[in-house]
Amino acid sequence: MSNEIAVQHGVASHEVHEHHDGHHHHETFITKYVFSQDHKMIAKQFLITGIIWAIIGGLMSVLFRIQLGYPEATFPWLEDIFGHWAKDGKIQPEFFYALGTMHGTILVFFVLTAGLSGTFANLLIPYQIGARDMASPFMNMLSYWFFVLASIILLSSLFVQTGPASGGWTVYPPLSALGDASQGSKIGMDLWLVSLAMFVVSSLLGGLNYVSTILNMRTKGMTMTRMPLTIWALLFTAILGLLSFPVLFSGFILLLFDRHLGTSFYLSDIVLGGNILPNEGGSPILYQHLFWFLGHPEVYIIILPTMGLVSEVMSINARKPIFGYMAMIASMFAIALLAFLVWAHHMFVTGMNPFLGSVFVLLTLLIAVPSAIKVFNWLTTLWRGNIRFTPGMLFCVGFVSMFISGGLTGIFVGNSTLDIHLHDTYFVIAHFHIVMGVSAFMGMFAGVYHWFPKMYGRYMNNTLGYIHFWVTLICAYVIFWPMHYEGFAGMPRRYYDYSGWESFKHFVELNRVISFAAIVSFLVQLLFVFNFFYSIFKGRKVTTLNPWNANTLEWTTPINPGHGNWPGEIPEVHRWAYDYGKDGKDFIPQTEPVSKDESTH
Amino acid sequence: MTWTEYFVIIIGVLIFVVIFQIAKASEYVSVLKGEKKAFQQNNRINAFLMLVFLVLGLAAAWWCNKLLYKKTLLWLPSASEHGEKIDTMMWITIAITGIVFFVTQILLFWFAYKYQATEKRKAHYYPHNNKLELLWTAVPAIALTVLVSFGLYYWYKITGDAPKDAMEVEITGHQFGWEYRYPGKDGVLGRQHYRLTDAAKGNPLGQDWNDVANHDDLHPSELHLVVDKPVKLIIRSQDVIHDVGLPHFRLKMDAVPGTPTTMWFTPKHTTAKMKELTGNENFVYEISCDQMCGSGHYSMKGTIVVETQEEFDKWINSQKPQYVTAHPDGAVAVAATVAPAAADSVKAAAGTGPKSEH
Repeated sequence: MSNEIAVQHGVASHEVHEHHDGHHHHETFITKYVFSQDHKMIAKQFLITGIIWAIIGGLMSVLFRIQLGYPEATFPWLEDIFGHWAKDGKIQPEFFYALGTMHGTILVFFVLTAGLSGTFANLLIPYQIGARDMASPFMNMLSYWFFVLASIILLSSLFVQTGPASGGWTVYPPLSALGDASQGSKIGMDLWLVSLAMFVVSSLLGGLNYVSTILNMRTKGMTMTRMPLTIWALLFTAILGLLSFPVLFSGFILLLFDRHLGTSFYLSDIVLGGNILPNEGGSPILYQHLFWFLGHPEVYIIILPTMGLVSEVMSINARKPIFGYMAMIASMFAIALLAFLVWAHHMFVTGMNPFLGSVFVLLTLLIAVPSAIKVFNWLTTLWRGNIRFTPGMLFCVGFVSMFISGGLTGIFVGNSTLDIHLHDTYFVIAHFHIVMGVSAFMGMFAGVYHWFPKMYGRYMNNTLGYIHFWVTLICAYVIFWPMHYEGFAGMPRRYYDYSGWESFKHFVELNRVISFAAIVSFLVQLLFVFNFFYSIFKGRKVTTLNPWNANTLEWTTPINPGHGNWPGEIPEVHRWAYDYGKDGKDFIPQTEPVSKDESTH
Repeated sequence: MTWTEYFVIIIGVLIFVVIFQIAKASEYVSVLKGEKKAFQQNNRINAFLMLVFLVLGLAAAWWCNKLLYKKTLLWLPSASEHGEKIDTMMWITIAITGIVFFVTQILLFWFAYKYQATEKRKAHYYPHNNKLELLWTAVPAIALTVLVSFGLYYWYKITGDAPKDAMEVEITGHQFGWEYRYPGKDGVLGRQHYRLTDAAKGNPLGQDWNDVANHDDLHPSELHLVVDKPVKLIIRSQDVIHDVGLPHFRLKMDAVPGTPTTMWFTPKHTTAKMKELTGNENFVYEISCDQMCGSGHYSMKGTIVVETQEEFDKWINSQKPQYVTAHPDGAVAVAATVAPAAADSVKAAAGTGPKSEH
């Protein structure tokens, strides 16, 4: 190779320049912490906003689990806080449905999309490809502030008289289109739509930046196939978002038209509470197609970045290269491609043409193949490793376990024949919470624990991390595993109370156990939040540049890098990111030139 | 707030503080003991917990199954022929995914335990192996092909055309209940239009009284079906999307305003038989709304009675046509004057259900 003799500028220079990284221009509090254009700061802004949303969204699930676990009980303190929404200390149906809807919206979009991609794409893309910042730092800042705008609008909808949207996070019309059909379909629904429209803008601004940065701003020697899998994952994620969010946006605009301009895109033949509506010729199914054209890629927008994070953290802590790097990229590519071709598997029982359904069965089960490849590759990465159980690594193992459990149940619901029975039951709740809720959170936690030292120059507390992991893992299975059984009983989701049903009322004790585990799980997440904020200020300080002995470029920057990341020149890259345990060496950083006697793979 | 609630909060905060202090102390201990030694000890503990989790997890899964299996429908014979196909498919899928589940989870936690960091061993540099990749691309692909083939074979059987002798019944959802309409003696459901709906004038389903086929249509408050006789449901909604969920028959179909859908099946067991099979004296076939439809969604219940032909005939003969209810005086006179040709139109509107992706 021609670059074998090249001098390692990066590695040499950071040692020299470490003590005087203050040559960047002067920053005020506002430009540094509020309207920052530094990718690192924007990443932290996304993360902390995401954490705040996660607490709100998690608390909502605790509230509706109280209703499901204790349908007969009354809690006067609920009325003290929520007034008529919890009349006589009992959560009212409208409130219950609003909580569920907001829980879904917040967790799917605000936490696991913005909070996850926003954090790690911003943090890792410039660091790991060797760039000083994003392609457009200003657009990056806009992306965050549009997210804040969306957040404020959604938050405000919680305080309007008729309450927030309550038709489920998918907001299917006609329920969401007609204010008379539900309290939540009044002003709360408009706020929801406007908020999500702002969210789409934020997402697109971010996504454009991620793609252009990855394609154009890689440092010398950083070919595409030398990029860490995190970057590949974030690239596919950004492309998915760019292609599918606009479709969701159009769906929302049409819904707004139907709500306010008298159009009939989604409405036809409706008699609501005795009133005959004039709309004819529309189809509510059209909305479902538009929604799921994003909605399905959306679950991969959530899970792909965590697949990247887990691959990276796992390889570092197993002290072994990720097994099948090219297969990992290929399978992510296959997942990203197929993600666009499976949306209608959410609609098998809408009356959709059965032939069309069968095409979507085929494509849906096809997507299980690349998913399986990834799982086997992770298992092989662990095999004959030398595993360090940092909190990040523990969450990687948890991620794989959850991804297997939730992925396998996807084979049930993706097969239209079984979906007829299981559709919209607790089986589905168990499936997607495990595969894209808990899994994604596990991957995100792995990322937060692992890159916290890079973000704040301090470590998080390990013991709290261990407790956080083990309690979360156990609670996740206690909550969601038995839900499969409720699904096998045909128990429908989104029911406020099952006591009136001969077919479902015998699960009342189980629901109580699940609710209890959900509350414990929520409290343990608070422990994490505490650990996070405490460690920002009081955590053990990082004293070495490369605390995990990792290969990637972010660990060649100073412990607390300034804007621009590297004080001197950006280091050059000579190899892929996964030379762990090669030729008897524990690790070989990407900046190290390939030596003559090195073995090839 | 009551004193007990304050007490619970105080206890919670105390537990939190204790956990935090322990965590803080363990950090100091690790500094005192030397980071390396502390790391090794923690690593051993976590690796061991991986093994413990695997063993206890498998035991818990077995225990959970023991407690809950009888509460599901898995052990109970399906109440429809379609449902039997779905059950067969379910068991095949449970078997295949179950094997994969146990193998991969055991490997995962076993590897995590077995390959915990020690000074003695170096990690094995093993970046790729194309044969292995090919193997675990091919095997899942084959397994999934089997599942897709079975699945689609059954899917087409279930969603295919209803038999000619199937009884037609219309079921209409609205916030928050179900309405049923039987075609009456002529076997034809009369024409309807949503703009004709007028509950106050005895026409909650928008039936067109100019269509003679409507004159004998029945509008009972319960759905009665005949055992072993195929039935085709024509599913409508008046307001928002609902869903006819029939857990015991393993079936489900959305009710979409503006787009009628259909679903057919053959009930296998009478309600009386199901009472025996379940051992539940109160057993009843329930229709659950399975698509979020508003604040009363959870209470949108219908009931089905499956009975013998004689029982059914007796019941249906006791029902009065809705036309008579809507026209308490002089109904018959109007009926005689309306053109009979209109009767066919409804078959075209309602009979094309499964393929009606407009």
